[in-house]
Amino acid sequence: MPYLDKAQPEILRPVSNLFIITSIVVALFLNGLPWEGLWLMLRPDFVAVVMLYWCTHKPLRVGIGMSWMVGMLADVADASLFGQHALSYTVLAFGGVVLSRRIRMFDLREQTTQVSLILLLTYATYALVHWQVNGHVAWIYFLGCLTSTLLWAPMSTLMQSMRQTRVDRE
Amino acid sequence: MDSTQTFQVLNRGPGHAARLVFFVVLSFLLMFVDTRYRYLESSRSALSMLVSPIQRLATLPNSLWQQASDFFVTQSSLLDENNALRLQREKDAAQLIQSQSLLQENQQLRLLLALQQHTPFASQFAEIVYAERDIFKRKVLINKGSYSDIQPGQVVMDDKGIVGQITRVYPWLSEVTLITEKDHAVPVQVLRSGLRSVAFGAGDTSQLSLRYMPVSTDIQNGDVLITSGIDGLYPPGIPVAKVEKIERDAAYPFAQIICLPLGGVDKHKQLLVLSAMPRLPERPAADPAPATGKTKVKKAEVH
Repeated sequence: MPYLDKAQPEILRPVSNLFIITSIVVALFLNGLPWEGLWLMLRPDFVAVVMLYWCTHKPLRVGIGMSWMVGMLADVADASLFGQHALSYTVLAFGGVVLSRRIRMFDLREQTTQVSLILLLTYATYALVHWQVNGHVAWIYFLGCLTSTLLWAPMSTLMQSMRQTRVDRE
Repeated sequence: MDSTQTFQVLNRGPGHAARLVFFVVLSFLLMFVDTRYRYLESSRSALSMLVSPIQRLATLPNSLWQQASDFFVTQSSLLDENNALRLQREKDAAQLIQSQSLLQENQQLRLLLALQQHTPFASQFAEIVYAERDIFKRKVLINKGSYSDIQPGQVVMDDKGIVGQITRVYPWLSEVTLITEKDHAVPVQVLRSGLRSVAFGAGDTSQLSLRYMPVSTDIQNGDVLITSGIDGLYPPGIPVAKVEKIERDAAYPFAQIICLPLGGVDKHKQLLVLSAMPRLPERPAADPAPATGKTKVKKAEVH
C-alpha cells in the first residue's frame, strides 16, 4: 500500500470543494440508512470520521466552523437536540485541527490510536449532553465509538487513494 | 501536504481555541433555547429541506425492496389472508350490531343526562418513513406534516391501540414520540375497574409502567388499560396497554406495575393520526396544588 510507507512523499491532487462536499453528503447518507437494533448500536458515525479526515488533512479548508455547520445538519437529520451534534463535532474538529500535523506524520496504526482518543472525546461530549438533559447514560452508545475508530483506517486509505494522481505504468 | 499552506498561515483569523470556545458557547446557547423554548422550529424546518433529499435517498433501497417483495406475494398466502379476514369480519359484524344498539342507547342516556356528547374524531392515514436512528430515543418520523394539517399534540394510533403523539411538525414530515419514550405520560383507566392512573414510558425497553399506585390497588395481571380522556389530549376509550407484571412489596409504598403496549409501537408501518381534540374549558388558574398530579402530562406544553 503506498499510504502505509511514508518514505517518499506522495503527490496528491488538489482537493476540490465539490469533493469535500460530496464526501460529507455521502457520509450523511450512510448515517441515514435504515439501521436497526444491533446494527444501529454498532453503526459508526460516518460523518464524524469524514469530518475528522478533512480536519486533519485540510485544516485550513475544513475547520471548526464547518464541522459545527455539519453538526447542525446532523442534528436536523437525527431530530436530536439543536446543537448537540454541533457541539460534539466542534470538539472533534478542534482535536483534529490541533493534532493535524502530528497525525499526518504517523502511519495508519499510530493514526488509529490518536484518532480513537479524539472520537472518544466526541462521543463522551454527546453522551454528557444527553445525560444532562435526559438523566441517564446509555453505555452501549460507546460501541459506535469503537466501530468509528476501526473505520478510520479503511476510510482514510480510500480517501487518500481517491486523491492520488493517476500514474501510467509503461 | 500542500506547499500553499505555509502562505495562508498569515491570514487565518482567530486561533483554534478562540473558535472552539465560540462554537461551544453557541451550541450550548442553542441547546438551552431548544430545551426551554420552541423558537427554533422554523429554522429547523428550513434546514430539514437541505437534509431531507439525503434522507429520502437513504430510505429508497429499503422501500424499493418492500415494494418488490409486495409484488411477489404468492397466491396461497393471499388466499389464507383472505380467509382469515373473512372470518374476522364475520366475528366483527356480530359485535358491530351489538355495539350499534349500545351506541344508540348510550346517546339517549347521555341526552337524558344532558352530558356533553363524545365528538367523533376524524383521522388521517400516515406511514412511517424513518425509524429512530438514535438509540437513545423512541421516536419515528411519519410522512404527513404541516401541509396535511398535522399539529403538535395529535395522537397517533394503529388498529390495536395508541402508538404515540406528534411532538414536532415539519412541512412534509412530522415526528412522533412513542409512548415508550422515557417519562412520556398517558392518562389511562383500567377497563375492568375504572381505576384512573398515568402510564409512563420506560425508555430503553418497549414497556410502560404505572407509578404511584398503592400496594393495595385493585389491579390484576392481564388488565387492559384504556385512555381516560382526562386533560383532553387523548380521546377516551382507546386501548393503551395490558398489565404484564405486578410486584407488590410491602417494604415500598407503591406497587411496581409493568405493562406492555397493545398498539404495535415498534411493529407496523401504517398509522392513523387522530385530528385534534376539542378544547376543554380552561383549567381554573387559582388552583395551587393539582390534587394528585394525574393530569400532569408531559408534552402538554406543545399545544
